[in-house]
Amino acid sequence: MNEKENAPIRIVLAKLGLDGHDRGLKVVARMLRDAGMEVVYLGLRQTTEMVVSAVEQEDADAVGISMHNAGHLTLAPRIVKALDDAGLNVPVIVGGIVPEGDLDAMTESGVAGVLGPGASAEDVAKCVREAVATRGE
Amino acid sequence: MDEKKEFRTMSGVPVGSVYGDEPLPGEFPYTRGIHSGMYRDRLWTMRMFAGFGTAEDTNARFKDLLRAGGTGLSTAFDMPTLMGRDSDDEWSIGEVGRAGVAIDTLDDMVDLFADIDLGQVSTSMTINGPAAILLAMYVAVAEQDGVERSKLNGTLQNDILKEYQAQKEYIFPPRPSVRLVSDVVSFTTQEMPRWNPISISGYHIREAGSTAAQELAFTLANGFAYVEAAQAAGLNVDDFAPRLSFFFNSHSDFFEEIGKFRAARRIWARWIRDRYGAKDERSHKLRFHTQTAGVSLTAQQPEINIARVAIQALAGVIGGTQSLHTDSYDEALALPTEDAARIALRTQQIVAHETGITSVADPLGGSDYVEWMTDEMERQAEEIFEHLEELGDGSILEGVYVGIENGWFVGEIADAAYRFEREVNSGDRLIVGVNSFTEGGDENINLLSIDPDTEDIQLKRLAEIKQSRDSDLVEKALNRLSTQALDPEINLMPAIIEAVKVRSTEGEIVQALESVFGTYVEKAFV
Repeated sequence: MNEKENAPIRIVLAKLGLDGHDRGLKVVARMLRDAGMEVVYLGLRQTTEMVVSAVEQEDADAVGISMHNAGHLTLAPRIVKALDDAGLNVPVIVGGIVPEGDLDAMTESGVAGVLGPGASAEDVAKCVREAVATRGE
Repeated sequence: MDEKKEFRTMSGVPVGSVYGDEPLPGEFPYTRGIHSGMYRDRLWTMRMFAGFGTAEDTNARFKDLLRAGGTGLSTAFDMPTLMGRDSDDEWSIGEVGRAGVAIDTLDDMVDLFADIDLGQVSTSMTINGPAAILLAMYVAVAEQDGVERSKLNGTLQNDILKEYQAQKEYIFPPRPSVRLVSDVVSFTTQEMPRWNPISISGYHIREAGSTAAQELAFTLANGFAYVEAAQAAGLNVDDFAPRLSFFFNSHSDFFEEIGKFRAARRIWARWIRDRYGAKDERSHKLRFHTQTAGVSLTAQQPEINIARVAIQALAGVIGGTQSLHTDSYDEALALPTEDAARIALRTQQIVAHETGITSVADPLGGSDYVEWMTDEMERQAEEIFEHLEELGDGSILEGVYVGIENGWFVGEIADAAYRFEREVNSGDRLIVGVNSFTEGGDENINLLSIDPDTEDIQLKRLAEIKQSRDSDLVEKALNRLSTQALDPEINLMPAIIEAVKVRSTEGEIVQALESVFGTYVEKAFV
């Protein structure tokens, strides 16, 4: 455990690629803020590099990315690997439309959690808390 | 009113074409509808939105829909095309042909409309940032087939303001983008009299989470903004306003939706006449397309979406829509399969031919509740117009620019979306299959999958075109375009048509404009 134990969780939220559907991510941002977390909202059209550098600069505990364009199988593992390569032990949570058949592949690629349509505020906060608590295990 | 045919209920009771108070349908301010006979005289256009994969794939779907009784085409473009990027752009990887059809050059557009008579069919193209380029391609395809541009019938979405507010598919900053919109309006006014140059869209504002009243108000404010921009560009309001059309969402709260549609017509009629000086009756009549609410579709128990869509379609028709797209039940999960799209079209046909709703115009007019709801929608919208006028020192156009720049629109929409989500979360609002009645429907349904070879096919095709075209001509056309972009007095459409004809790609044309206009980056408002 570190000195940040009692500090609020700080999470970077971003959308990757060209997709502009940001309703879900904005709702999640508010849910997490209401759950007492600090949200660093990067917004639309972020690249892997932009996300990694935000995590470094903001000293974030977790990353949430939102996708509605079936890019989760390529883009999510890329973020996980880039964070790893940068020596950052930060869990990645994916929100959006992820077909059930892809869930195993997501876990295998190192994604810490997947939140689909209908996830409640409690589900979302719990998923982030657990991912942060068990990171690097 | 209709003397040719008697309208009777299923049990044989003859019914009149309208009941209740004046002003009647077809009379200013058109609250009750823009035509006196409404659907007795002419049904709405059943316009189903389609697009996926390569141009050839979508062309086949278009022909299916026309064979199945669809009466207009509506094109969905893929994300790179919507964002003005070619299929071989670094940002396009994984997106080519996925959420719509991939269009890079005129040759793709030729394939998209192969064996479809553009002189006969009406075509809607859902595109905004690069709308002028796709319109140029459509004109070029038609002329190649011997159809004059003046004969073309269709609609370009071309509503850039709502992109900054809701859908987020912008390319250039707001002001040069609105100049492009005005160029399209001027061009079509002069050369394409049957074309609707802007479909002012609330659909996406609602999908992003707004309330019904916000959808109504933001959309009409954007409409006023385009009118102000076109008037500033020297156009006479009655020369273009009859060709402006609107596009609304039809959500599940039945009477609120109907009130919204009725209020939209009344507000537009009053404002366009009294504030913008339109004298032509056709300018006063708000015509609109409706799509059922994609955001209301649930991934859980997807088949029950068919019922949602039917109810929403009914609201659109009772609200007096001119055309309708019904969503397919599988769209929370993927693009629709052919079967799902057929069921959605059949839903409209049931409303049109089995319910008797088409016999009487504005059948709910005069209901105390519906009239009150119409007034209430109007009242809320007027409050928003006042706020925008304040922001813009009396100009709605300037007010909209300010509201975009300071994040007012996106903040309002995100607040409303969060309010809704909290209601669902707490159980105050029941969504069947999501937070109530959740048993059943676990079996998997068939989903459309996009041929994984699409991207490769499209990349190969683009590479071939780039090889075979005359690159000197392309360079010349693009240089001419960026030079003309520097002078706001010049209409850019002719230069874009020329660039398209020599096989400049969409991405190249966008870059030529971007070199002058710049690129818009949204501030990250939560």
